[in-house]
Amino acid sequence: MRYLPHTDEDIAAMLGAIGLEGIDDLFRTIPPDCRLQGGLRLPPALTEWELDEHMEGLAGAMAVSPEYRIYLGAGSYDHRIPATVAHLLGRSEFLTSYTPYQPEMLQGTLQGIYEYQSLTASLLGMEVATASHYDGATALAEALLMVVRITKKKRIALSRAIHPHYRQVVRTYFAPTGYELVELPFLDNGLTDFSSLEGAGGLAAVAVQSPNFFGCIEDLREAGERAHAAGALFVATFTEALAYGLLKSPGSLGADIAGGEGQSLGIPRSFGGPALGMLASRKEYLRGLPGRLVGRAKDGDGREGFVLTLATREQHIRREKATSNICTNNGLCALAAVMYMASLGGTGMRKLASLNRDKAEYLKGALREAGCTIAFPAPTFNEFVVAAPGGFDAIHRRLLEKKIVAGLPLGPYYPELAGHFLLCVTETARREDLDALAKEVRT
Amino acid sequence: MNGTPGTSGLILDEPLLWERGKKGRCGFSMPERDIPESPLPEALTGEGPAFPDLSEGEVVRHFTRLSTWNYGVDTGLYPLGSCTMKYNPKTNERQAALRGFAAAHPLLPSRLSQGALRLMASLERNLAEIAGLAAATLQPAAGAQGELLGMLIIHAHHRGRGRQRAKVLIPDTAHGTNPASAALCGYSPVPVPSDGKGIIAPKTVSALMDDDTAGIMITNPNTLGLFEENIREVARIVHERGGLVYGDGANMNAIMGIVKPGEIGIDILHLNLHKTFSSPHGGGGPGAGPVAVTKDLARFLPVPRVVETDGVYSLSEDFPESVGRLVAFHGHFGVLVRAYSYIRSMGPDGLKQASRLACLNANYLREKLKGVLHLAYDRPCMHECVFSDRGQRGAGITALDMAKRLMDYGFHPPTIYFPLVVRGAIMIEPTETETREELDRFVEAFRAIAREAKESPRLLKEAPVRCKVRRLDETAAARNPRLAG
Repeated sequence: MRYLPHTDEDIAAMLGAIGLEGIDDLFRTIPPDCRLQGGLRLPPALTEWELDEHMEGLAGAMAVSPEYRIYLGAGSYDHRIPATVAHLLGRSEFLTSYTPYQPEMLQGTLQGIYEYQSLTASLLGMEVATASHYDGATALAEALLMVVRITKKKRIALSRAIHPHYRQVVRTYFAPTGYELVELPFLDNGLTDFSSLEGAGGLAAVAVQSPNFFGCIEDLREAGERAHAAGALFVATFTEALAYGLLKSPGSLGADIAGGEGQSLGIPRSFGGPALGMLASRKEYLRGLPGRLVGRAKDGDGREGFVLTLATREQHIRREKATSNICTNNGLCALAAVMYMASLGGTGMRKLASLNRDKAEYLKGALREAGCTIAFPAPTFNEFVVAAPGGFDAIHRRLLEKKIVAGLPLGPYYPELAGHFLLCVTETARREDLDALAKEVRT
Repeated sequence: MNGTPGTSGLILDEPLLWERGKKGRCGFSMPERDIPESPLPEALTGEGPAFPDLSEGEVVRHFTRLSTWNYGVDTGLYPLGSCTMKYNPKTNERQAALRGFAAAHPLLPSRLSQGALRLMASLERNLAEIAGLAAATLQPAAGAQGELLGMLIIHAHHRGRGRQRAKVLIPDTAHGTNPASAALCGYSPVPVPSDGKGIIAPKTVSALMDDDTAGIMITNPNTLGLFEENIREVARIVHERGGLVYGDGANMNAIMGIVKPGEIGIDILHLNLHKTFSSPHGGGGPGAGPVAVTKDLARFLPVPRVVETDGVYSLSEDFPESVGRLVAFHGHFGVLVRAYSYIRSMGPDGLKQASRLACLNANYLREKLKGVLHLAYDRPCMHECVFSDRGQRGAGITALDMAKRLMDYGFHPPTIYFPLVVRGAIMIEPTETETREELDRFVEAFRAIAREAKESPRLLKEAPVRCKVRRLDETAAARNPRLAG
């Protein structure tokens, strides 16, 4: 096997040095009744070239563009990724390094993550951001566990317009804790209904997603005011980080903590992962943040460098009293995000975000003309909910046969929205594709 | 090559990203605007983020320079005990980047994602076979999330039996994530001291295990690199009193094809794909922490689960006793592709040989370094061995000093100060992919450092001198944190 460098001569000499006769004597401390009898029942080894063929076969059994036109978002977005990002990320020095516990020989990762933290804080309008979490859903769950620790209150209000999978993850994390989760309904306009917050007591946090699961842009300022009036912290979440290239940031609208998904920032969809959990907060909550943080430091000669810092919050030091059990996070995805954000720049981020909004708006108009209904009137970013008089299901099925995936059926997530579909349009869709889609819908 | 690889060369400085660039530059090929503008209400929009504007060339040069300050396992030996820095095969990267995988949307109708679902079903089966357990989930995003899932399953198991328990036994040789994961489920960790041989004695477990204890979290081989010889008896005691046995499989790389944890009393086992199954660590993730369980516990696994009917795969949430969902979609699929590629490349014999050679390399280093460093437990080890700085302490030299000096010799240091049961621990795990010659060079470096510790300790105190920066003041950095800008 080409990954295993030992020759028979090496093995014999090394066993001799240890004072053993056979290689299986290495396992002499394992009691006989613990040893596996017989071998593993696994398929036989493939050569590199056989593996290529096998994997191409599997990858070939997937629907991807350009053969298919796919208008799916719902937490995983199709954006162009510059070749530079994959190229730089593939540098072995980044790819094959470990968590920078020994900072002097990992300054590259550390400065990169520091830059990621800085740009993330700026994008979300916050003062500090962590070095990353697994994904948007776990970032939200960890943010909510964090507010329980900060406020010492045990009730959380979650908007029902938060991604259903995110709410499911939060419920899973909260199941053994006994903390209470209440859901805020949404209004006919597609936005969260805050009316039940009035007079509500004992709330640790109010969590709202914007753009929300239906693509609608929430009034985060109102959300923040309502949350604070109820004595709760305001946690903003998001599945589409690119939106903040155009929209006002959660921090500038009163969010205390912002946690969500950064996959849009240069990370391929990859069937849903790995992606990038982004988590940021106001400075006063810094010591309550879960996960890794990179900070500036100085060496003995006064030279600037970077280290992992505030480790006393973390599991390897504080064990059961840690702010989280997180250890390995998604550092390489954070690095991809900073490379991507640097490639776009502030000007490019805004331009690209506008393009997303406008393309989605164009399709919205075209579908409306084709006889569809747009379910919610609130302004949207690059996703929206559509229905049709005769039901959109039949249209969706018909389009699938033409290799067009026209959105995600919402019935399984919201029974009252059966027959409604969530469509997403990004910069990857050309006008002629959108026109063709509208035309197919009409026929 | 003569001697050790450390040398000094030209190191290029590079400013922070925002000290480069100029307003109006762009490193992104902006798609053409082929549709009209439809501006949002001004109340909703901002100015755009305050990011620097850079050209493509500037971005490339910036991050290329940063990368040269890093050290990866492709660069050299990375003997971090417990972290398993083995070679990361390049073909795995190729497979994960195939367009059918990399561009696939996670919510595609299942008939349009048969390739990914089939890969997941095969990988689940393969991992369950290696673990000796009935079923597996690929959802956990990292080992620590796998542990959390294990605890959620134990919690669900006891709740289902009508009475929740309050405590979990955790040996003092466990990973730091274990107590934190147990605490997330409301369990208080009860430490189990290891015996004079560095393993768990049945009588210690017997004295602590009661009907208010939900189970035990046990790492085997443990973090001293020793096989828990009494595992069957320990599991029997825990099971007899109604508890479950959670296996931290972070060290599974030592026993693939040698021991099946499911056959020796483990009920739940997590595996670190970024350790045992060769996917890269990426400077701190993403990893993946699949969990395998017994037949009885499979009903608690997270949803959605991959199911197969007549050769057709789909995702199902129809498991009413499931603990729920751990991540937004199906786990770190890109990492799963790499691990699957590794298993298919190695085959059953290759995996077993990898475990044998991992143990051979560790025992070889243990033997060669025995006279240089103090060996905490003078017993045959598995895939890693734990020394300490006891022999150098008299000269005022610590494990940290030796670790920093190793950098000057061109090696990444071992794990230090862990496990906590050994004072001044130096935990070395070479992995199976290192050659004997490389191990000999590492031994030579450690010998030289031990000599320096006696003759010129200042060299160690001032180390490293050949890196981008000298020793960084981590205490000052934590006292006055500067985390952005």
